[in-house]
Amino acid sequence: MRPTFPFFKPKEETDSSKIFKPSRRDFLKLSALASGGVFLGISFQCSGPKGEDRIFAPNAYLSIDKNNLITLIAHRSEMGTGIRTSLPMIIADELGADWSKVKIVQADGDEDKYGDQNTDGSYSVRMFYEPMRRAGATARHMLLMAASQKWKVAMDECHTENGKVHHPDSGKSINFGDLISDVQKMEIPRSEDVILKPFGDYKLIGKDIPIYDVKDIATGKAVFGADVDLDNIKIAVVSRSPVVGGKVVSVNDSAALAVNGVEKIVKIEGAGLPAGLDQPLEGIAVIATNTWAAIKGRKALEIEWDLGENQGYDSADQLKEMLESTKNSGKVRRERGQIEEATKSTTTNIERTYELPYYAHATIEPPAAVAHFTNGKCEVWAPTQHPQWARGAVASALGIEVADVTMHVTLLGGGFGRKSKPDFVVEAAILSKETGSPVRVQWTREDDLHHDFYHAHSAQRIKASLDSSKKLIAWNHHTVFPAIGATSNPAEVHPSDGELGLGCVDFPYDVPNIRIETHESKAHTRIGWLRSVSNIHHSYAINCMMDEIAEARGIDPVNHALEMLGEDRNLSFKEELDGDFSNYGESIEEYPWETGRMKAVIQRVAQEAGWGQNLGGNKAMGFACQKSFLTYVACIVVVEKGGDGKIKVSDVHYSVDCGIAVNTDRIRSQFEGGAQFAHGLATSSAITFKNGVVEQHNFDSYLIARMPEAPKRIHVHIVESMEKPTGVGEPPVPPYAPASANAVYKLTGKRHYKLPFSI
Amino acid sequence: MENYTLKINGESHQVTAEEDMPLLWALRDLLGMKGTKFGCGQALCGACTVLVGGEAIRSCSLPVSAVGDQEVVTIEGLSENGDHPLQSAWIEHVVPQCGYCQSGQIMNAVALLQRNANPSDQEIETAMAGNLCRCGTYNRIKEAIKTASSKL
Ligand code: FES
Ligand code: FES
Repeated sequence: MRPTFPFFKPKEETDSSKIFKPSRRDFLKLSALASGGVFLGISFQCSGPKGEDRIFAPNAYLSIDKNNLITLIAHRSEMGTGIRTSLPMIIADELGADWSKVKIVQADGDEDKYGDQNTDGSYSVRMFYEPMRRAGATARHMLLMAASQKWKVAMDECHTENGKVHHPDSGKSINFGDLISDVQKMEIPRSEDVILKPFGDYKLIGKDIPIYDVKDIATGKAVFGADVDLDNIKIAVVSRSPVVGGKVVSVNDSAALAVNGVEKIVKIEGAGLPAGLDQPLEGIAVIATNTWAAIKGRKALEIEWDLGENQGYDSADQLKEMLESTKNSGKVRRERGQIEEATKSTTTNIERTYELPYYAHATIEPPAAVAHFTNGKCEVWAPTQHPQWARGAVASALGIEVADVTMHVTLLGGGFGRKSKPDFVVEAAILSKETGSPVRVQWTREDDLHHDFYHAHSAQRIKASLDSSKKLIAWNHHTVFPAIGATSNPAEVHPSDGELGLGCVDFPYDVPNIRIETHESKAHTRIGWLRSVSNIHHSYAINCMMDEIAEARGIDPVNHALEMLGEDRNLSFKEELDGDFSNYGESIEEYPWETGRMKAVIQRVAQEAGWGQNLGGNKAMGFACQKSFLTYVACIVVVEKGGDGKIKVSDVHYSVDCGIAVNTDRIRSQFEGGAQFAHGLATSSAITFKNGVVEQHNFDSYLIARMPEAPKRIHVHIVESMEKPTGVGEPPVPPYAPASANAVYKLTGKRHYKLPFSI
Repeated sequence: MENYTLKINGESHQVTAEEDMPLLWALRDLLGMKGTKFGCGQALCGACTVLVGGEAIRSCSLPVSAVGDQEVVTIEGLSENGDHPLQSAWIEHVVPQCGYCQSGQIMNAVALLQRNANPSDQEIETAMAGNLCRCGTYNRIKEAIKTASSKL
């Protein structure tokens, strides 16, 4: 299993779900529950890539025991979005559970049991909202039936609340736990008999619910990847090829072996080129009894490398070439109207270029994983976003069956796309096999910044044409950046349809002539996906350009966006594209691009932020909006010049329409954090290469937002909606940088065409 | 290798380590105390913050040999029931996202409030500048520190 681009691999859609009783043994195996209880599995009926029906084995489990303890299996990875809370919360709410008595158990990576567990692309809530509700409602139905039979009353006179069934007319109530022996004898009800609660009856959904792990985190008990300990565990720190594709020529390890605590030196065979998305880089691992010894041992290694064809790579040179190429005609990816014809007679052309650097994920937890290989089987503990991919990659690296790999998922100390790649997990597995001991591979911060799967650097050129009445009549957008796919397949020299569907070809504005073109570029490092992916650069260029166009037309930027979105209607881009419109893996009919919803978030944010008010000379506002991952977001950034002449972001206003808001507190926290994350992208972070080697090493050269410069107040205005829920992990990022650049322009008169810009 | 007696969270612990081993790795690898996290190894991120002699110290950059008989407090020893005013405030504001940086944030905030029971926004920002959070929980951290300070 090697997804090259997980957002758009034919996603197994959860069209309908089926609830059934798994064997009790199955559940016990999973959760090590001690007491007898009732268990429900949910199987999602999925249509596969070609629409054929497929039944997955249980995706999630729910159990209630005699002591009223409800256990729910979380099958998605927790990396800070709150998903480990939000999905179980949906089941619990439908059920009428006592939330304080719910226990959440993290599932291992297992495709047969849980279907797709890839936690990426902001789609967990989108995919599982409905099935989770049905699971809860089915269990509720059974409990109501059991209680009403016991009391000889009509079932619809009863309801569940706080872990009990109640019959208000008689004042009777009974704990769920006391009904389980009856429920165990029942058949699962037909799905058409199961009725979902009306939205107004929910007690958890739509509210601020604290995350399940908050106390463990605040007390240091939460277990992340590097926190897993096994008897006799060895620690590995690896010296990897400084240039992607490099190979070891020779090693002198005598000084390393002389370090107290160092036990062994092991070579990891790397993929070479292409580097691939799921394989380790070539390296020499120092195996020691503790991390410090391994770090010191690595320093003492003398390695001669054959650095291979990327050793002359200079990212600044490539960016220059990429920018140059945008002057030419490229491969046309979207075409509307007759752009040449239309621009013959234009009176104003605005032509701008935008350059964005490579970015590293820089999760505060650097990659780490633990593996124990014994008797042909491998047990792994890893902070992975994609446990099944990791499981498959480990199996193939070790030459064993997937079934012989157990993949436990720990909490992730941040993911942002980095920890979907299983390279570090595979390293741990290989080293455990080679040494015969349990091994923890520990990446240092330098390793993390030097050997990431980077967000691609990019060059863009946009030419906008206004006619004599200042109407925007043509939009010509060139974009060029090394594609994610090129990491595995060097023949991919243009961005994929999927990457262009991220904020580029889905340009929503009502312009009669549009041409979107791409140009060739090669990958000289490992390119991956970072929180919101190519939306980052596309949104920056488009929103900055729209601000300039509005100015040239003499229209307020907010009013301009509203005008350019046109009538309330559903957009479809397909007819104008050369290639597919990915729509984040969903059909455009089910998840249309609705200009009305975008306009509503724009109006809301403008109103909440007090857009248009006189702010005086030391403050200014900037605006941007971006639909991404099917969620509509508008953003206003307020910048302020302090007495010291420094510019700070005082306020950020977001308005978001993500359909039904499941856990409002976690939606807000994603936006709060997304703004801080994007603040770093906008103003301080950049990865550059010289001689094929990354020039940044630690947090003194790869700069991310620190508290003093971080945006001070972040206001999140959630639009009330009964539309299908969509994700919020990534959508806060794209509009932030352009909104802040537009604000800075208002304040200083200087536009920024290159990120990062210092303020 | 040398033997060291460390006073951690009110108890004495013996470790045998190289003298240059940072306290962080003595805690994590030799004593199995995993609440203190590794983020950068260069005193740049604050994930490894503990109290040494009452001061917030980056344990990744303090050799175990330099600890001497100073009292070390880690997140595990901050309170018996996880109810130190800062921990309670952290829970009340649901500060964490991924949670990885939070032990260090809390320990750094403990030292701040010990020095200055009622810090201003600016003082909080300055004091917390060495603690990175990639998830971006800074504003809630600030609120939680203010809540805790009002209850001290
Ligand atoms: S790990 Fe010590 S400051 Fe980052
Ligand atoms: S909560 Fe994730 S790094 Fe701070």
